Amino acid sequence: MSKLLAVCARELRSLLVSPIAAVCVAMFLLVTGYLFYTIVIAASVQTRMMLRMQQMAPQLNINEMILAPSLRNFSVILLLIVPLLTMRLIAEERKQKTSELLLTSPVTVAQLILGKYLAVLALYGVMLGLTLYMPLLLGRFGPVVWWPVFSGYLGLFLVGAVFLAVGLLASALTENQMIAAIISFSLLIVMWLLGWVGAVTADTQTGPLLTYLSLLEHLNNFLAGLIDTKDVVYLLGLIAVSLFLAHRVVESQRWR
Amino acid sequence: MIEVDQLTKRYGSLTAIEAVTFRVEPGEVLAFLGPNGAGKTTTMRILTGALPATSGHARVAGYDIDESPLEVKQRIGYLPETLPLYPEMTVTEYLRYVARIKGVARGGLRRSVDVAVERCALGQVRGRLIGNLSRGYRQRVGLAQALIHDPPVLILDEPTGGLDPKQIIEIRELIKTLAGAHTVILSTHILPEATAICQRVVIIHKGRVVAVDTPERLAAQLRGSEQVKIALRRPTEALRTAVAGLPGVLAVLPEAPAGAVRDDGATVWLIDCEQGRDVREAAARLIVGADGGLVELSAMAMSLEEVFLQLTTDAPARPDRLDDVPAAGLNDASPPRGSAQFAQQSKDTE
Ligand SMILES: Nc1ncnc2c1ncn2[C@@H]1O[C@H](COP(=O)(O)OP(=O)(O)OP(=O)(O)O)[C@@H](O)[C@H]1O
Ligand SMILES: [Mg+2]
Repeated sequence: MSKLLAVCARELRSLLVSPIAAVCVAMFLLVTGYLFYTIVIAASVQTRMMLRMQQMAPQLNINEMILAPSLRNFSVILLLIVPLLTMRLIAEERKQKTSELLLTSPVTVAQLILGKYLAVLALYGVMLGLTLYMPLLLGRFGPVVWWPVFSGYLGLFLVGAVFLAVGLLASALTENQMIAAIISFSLLIVMWLLGWVGAVTADTQTGPLLTYLSLLEHLNNFLAGLIDTKDVVYLLGLIAVSLFLAHRVVESQRWR
Repeated sequence: MIEVDQLTKRYGSLTAIEAVTFRVEPGEVLAFLGPNGAGKTTTMRILTGALPATSGHARVAGYDIDESPLEVKQRIGYLPETLPLYPEMTVTEYLRYVARIKGVARGGLRRSVDVAVERCALGQVRGRLIGNLSRGYRQRVGLAQALIHDPPVLILDEPTGGLDPKQIIEIRELIKTLAGAHTVILSTHILPEATAICQRVVIIHKGRVVAVDTPERLAAQLRGSEQVKIALRRPTEALRTAVAGLPGVLAVLPEAPAGAVRDDGATVWLIDCEQGRDVREAAARLIVGADGGLVELSAMAMSLEEVFLQLTTDAPARPDRLDDVPAAGLNDASPPRGSAQFAQQSKDTE
């Protein structure tokens, strides 16, 4: 356990001093902030139009009109940023030959993988936490139902955790960071697109299955305030499978 | 302490090492010698668990590297060929991290780091980023990293690489102080280094162990013939034929280029003799009797360097550089360790 924490702490330190992570976090906050802003503007325009046409105040639902679409869009931005956060995790150790130290130390591959995963997960947690100013801000101006906010953030956190696990797996496959990023990006895109393919082929037999496998579908339940064990199990299962595969890859190659 | 049995490693069709077998006793310092690509690093990586062997076994401190890798790794300090350093960490942070993953208890971290810093003379740079250190200091950080958990076995791949002469001497002294309490395997291309700090030498060539012995005995064993060097002022063809006719003399060769005269006006002959026959006295009497102008007469010994060349080059090397340092401690009376086994001297070295 102490060894796992040592690996985790070192990784976190590396992430914090690396410009890539800093730029990623900064861009994430900037872009999400901008998205939030445009969604708020759009919502207010829409509300005002409804007000003018119907001569009455419509039921303004901050959760459905602003927060849910914001979080849904954030997940797309994560899709772009996570591969950059995870690409160096294992690839860099191999590139700079520090893998040699890890391989000849009394540390198990599981400790290595988990330590690294926890480090990047912690960074992601903080990054996501920094966007909490949005619901808090809205809460000052109107009625916010807090339960869907909580479940929405939980869902987004889990989806991001899946991305990170997939990214870690990709990083284990190569010693080239660019290639690792491209691999994880491709994998994530495919997981994302499954939902669309599912929608298009909804009337065939595989349609519903593909929809079930799509990440977006599971996220939608969370955003609607629904924490279903089915969704939780699915996402945790994806994380476990990715980490397990990463473990196998590292073990089998023994970092060559 | 370390037993290596028939280790073989293949990379596809390329055989990096084949049937490497040797033992290291506790407290011994053993050198791996071999030209580039001989398989030294490969053997060391297998011993440390960084690389699985294709076949064969190795045991370190009684544990098999395949069956209980963690036990083995706990007992080994390894300095890899490429230093495993994180440029974005300071020396102290890095050593602390290594100590933690090597399983040093929390309470002992500070002391382990201090001792390693002290031993490798890193005090001046302990707060600096590793990425900004000079090559020599990085090498020392690498060494400190290997020593950090005070392991009984040390495997050092070219420990003096990238160091200046003063540092090389310091590191050699350090390794000497480690001997006894630690078992050390180191690889090197520098032959005097092997002679200076190692009790035994394993010579590897093209992935095979060509010889295992003390440096002294290696040098002695390999002299298939002994040589006597003679410098004389008035060489004649008749005299030469007479010397060649002495009992025990195999050949008389002029030092190349033939007929060259040294600065002091003497011509040098090299006399090949049968092993164990000392022809110096007879040769001296003959030359002095014929008024050959004898100015120098000495026995040539083969240095470890020549042994090495002879074992690892395809053409047999001749010890023809007369001004070379004499023997690698040939007359040294230190008791030979290990048996004088000459493992299969591969055909291609002849
Ligand atoms: N990962 C690898 N893939 C393929 N071949 C390899 C690999 N690693 C080493 N080799 C080959 O194995 C052989 C032995 O290499 P090794 O690094 O053990 O030599 P060495 O004795 O350490 O040489 P040097 O003195 O140059 O360090 C070489 O022919 C090398 O090309
Ligand atoms: Mg090497």
